[in-house]
Amino acid sequence: MAAKGAFFDVDGTLIGTNIVHAFAYYAMNQGSILATALQTARTVLSVPLFWATDKVNRKLFNELFYSYYRGQSEDRLQVLSQELFEDVILPAIHPGTPRLLEQARRAECRIVLCTGALDFTVEPLARHLGADDVIANRMHFVDGVATGKVVPPIVEGAHKALAIREYCLRQGLPLDQSYAYSDSFSDYPMLAVVGHPTAVNPDLRLRGVARAYEWPIIRTTQG
Amino acid sequence: MPPPSKLARLYEATEQVVTIERDSAPRVLFSGEDLLLEDLPVGTRVVYPRPPIEGLPNVTSAIRWALNHPEGCDPLHAQLRPGMKVTIAVDDISLPLPPMRTPDIRQQVLEIVLELLADSGVDDVHIVIAIALHRRMTEAEVKRMVGRKIFDAWWPDRLYHHDAEDPEGLVLLGTTERAEKVIVNRRAAESDLVIYVNLNLVPMDGGHKSVGTGLTNYEGVKAHHNPEHIRKSWSYMDPPHSEMHRSVDRIGRLIDRSMNVFHIETTINNRMFDGPLDFLMKREDDYRESDRLRLEAMRAALKAMPRAAKRKLLHAVPAAYDVIAVHAGKTEPTHQKILERSYQQYMVDVDFQADILVYGIPYISPYNVNSILNPLLVQVMACGYFFNFYRGKPLVKKGGTLILTHPCSDEFDPEHHPSYIEFFHRLLPETRDAAELERKYEREFAENPSYVHMYRTGNAYHGAHPFFMWYWGENGRAHLGRIIAVGADNEHVPRLLGWDSAGTLSEAIDMARSVHGRGAEIALLHHPPIAMTQNLG
Repeated sequence: MAAKGAFFDVDGTLIGTNIVHAFAYYAMNQGSILATALQTARTVLSVPLFWATDKVNRKLFNELFYSYYRGQSEDRLQVLSQELFEDVILPAIHPGTPRLLEQARRAECRIVLCTGALDFTVEPLARHLGADDVIANRMHFVDGVATGKVVPPIVEGAHKALAIREYCLRQGLPLDQSYAYSDSFSDYPMLAVVGHPTAVNPDLRLRGVARAYEWPIIRTTQG
Repeated sequence: MPPPSKLARLYEATEQVVTIERDSAPRVLFSGEDLLLEDLPVGTRVVYPRPPIEGLPNVTSAIRWALNHPEGCDPLHAQLRPGMKVTIAVDDISLPLPPMRTPDIRQQVLEIVLELLADSGVDDVHIVIAIALHRRMTEAEVKRMVGRKIFDAWWPDRLYHHDAEDPEGLVLLGTTERAEKVIVNRRAAESDLVIYVNLNLVPMDGGHKSVGTGLTNYEGVKAHHNPEHIRKSWSYMDPPHSEMHRSVDRIGRLIDRSMNVFHIETTINNRMFDGPLDFLMKREDDYRESDRLRLEAMRAALKAMPRAAKRKLLHAVPAAYDVIAVHAGKTEPTHQKILERSYQQYMVDVDFQADILVYGIPYISPYNVNSILNPLLVQVMACGYFFNFYRGKPLVKKGGTLILTHPCSDEFDPEHHPSYIEFFHRLLPETRDAAELERKYEREFAENPSYVHMYRTGNAYHGAHPFFMWYWGENGRAHLGRIIAVGADNEHVPRLLGWDSAGTLSEAIDMARSVHGRGAEIALLHHPPIAMTQNLG
């Protein structure tokens, strides 16, 4: 029985890709040539918008991003998520990731991936890494078709912290003895809510915060 | 035949304990990266190091002689046969301090041993740097230690660091009669022959400590690096009276029964400084005008520089050590020969114990090569190493006062000492009780996945290392009545360590005299270079 939790952000922390890549992959896998071309064109045009929105507001970015799934069938998304994992995510796993998770397992931590990505896109990765659980966004489906809306609350920023707190309460894990790992300053709340935060391959702002609060800084980009 | 007056001066010059008189020169004390010049009260006894023993005239031939005339076993060449599996383990750069000039003695030994192995048809050879729970060295540090030729040919496939957190890379050899688990590096355990290349700086190094500590894991180190053993160690420099060494010896004997280990032990003299800094090897009363000028110039330069620049400068100056002994063979007889030589270099006979002991804490310790001497390491130097620089009775009486000079800055290296930061700022405000710290927090730190990751992939000390550093000062803390830090640039670091603060040395001496009286006996253990006292009466 795990005595504490280890919560891992995914994009940039455990893998070298991000949600934009996943989106592009999905866009390239539409049924017909025309649909593929249209979706690809929309994707290419949207990427600068996504990038700009992501820099300004991660929540807004996620909402905008997920709206592009509207009209896709649940079955198809499930199948593509496995392909997405094999073709995009698996090669992008940082060399130091398996070792970090193994160390968390040896420390008797319950390993939870905590990400703003959609749950079905993360589940193959979670299975591959041997994670115990996933905290992720869930797409709203009606009659097996994606509505483009995410079941609220969207998992990001402060909500990640809330989700982790509720998870620990539910599982009986002590928050003050638990660990959290992220690469982005936008995950500051998630890091601050646990007793043992760690910055992983941090961006400039998170590096500054980690130095100020004396959090460990690690790299998973090295084996 | 020199006249009696000259003979007297010669006698004075070789006397290691000098009493301060009214017209004595001020003494030089390290205070981190700075040098202080302090007048000491009349009657203070200053213990000076012995002069450096003359180095071996030909180190290479001394190594070859040792390999061919080992203690208690066949010569190395006679133990080699084609196709055998050999692991060479090497001490890391925690020793010597400061790092010695190149070629490092380890490079010299390795070059000879590797040539011998190649000539004997032994191809399955790995070189493992025996870091135990120390930090991994950088590539540049490894290259400097083993030399470019060996580095280019062997790194990183056949020259690498021991990994104390690799579950597949360790093996349990057995358990001692005191239930100490003997865990060692798998590659070494499965080799037909292990050659350990050691460098002894002080008498606590080497012997059974080499393989048993250098190639083990957290559980293996914990067997003897714990508050209980440390409290029974009087002192680390006197292995027969150190519980820690008794434990290390039990573990080492089991290793020697299970593995074929050929030790190559070396030791060096205490010539830490030469060239422009050679005045630091002299006694202040013997300074010439040029020495005084150089001292003042150095003090002024250091005063004007930012601390990081001073640190960089001082760490960049290698020591001028000479090799004074090389012996090889079975663990115990080899180590005994090295110990004898080490004692000849360091031990100064004294027949007194002081009420007040003074020493300066320098910028370096075994655990901050190319890094910061953080507050926990200042404590290690004060209560651990320097306090333990004795055989017989400590230089200071039980309940006496230790006065140390160091700025005690609240500064840590987050790459090398990440777990120290949490230990110092989270745990010490709660308790300084070593047993409580061990019980409540040691395993948590040891297993913290972030610290384990930093140890394995970065250049960080193991998560449990700050605990061992705290325990290291345990016998000093238990013996001393009071510790006063002189020149601390803040209030909270001395307070967290349980120390008092004083602005100047004379203020600290007044504070100590208020307890021990005006007639209190004062001693200064003068570093650098290293000096140890021997009071066997």
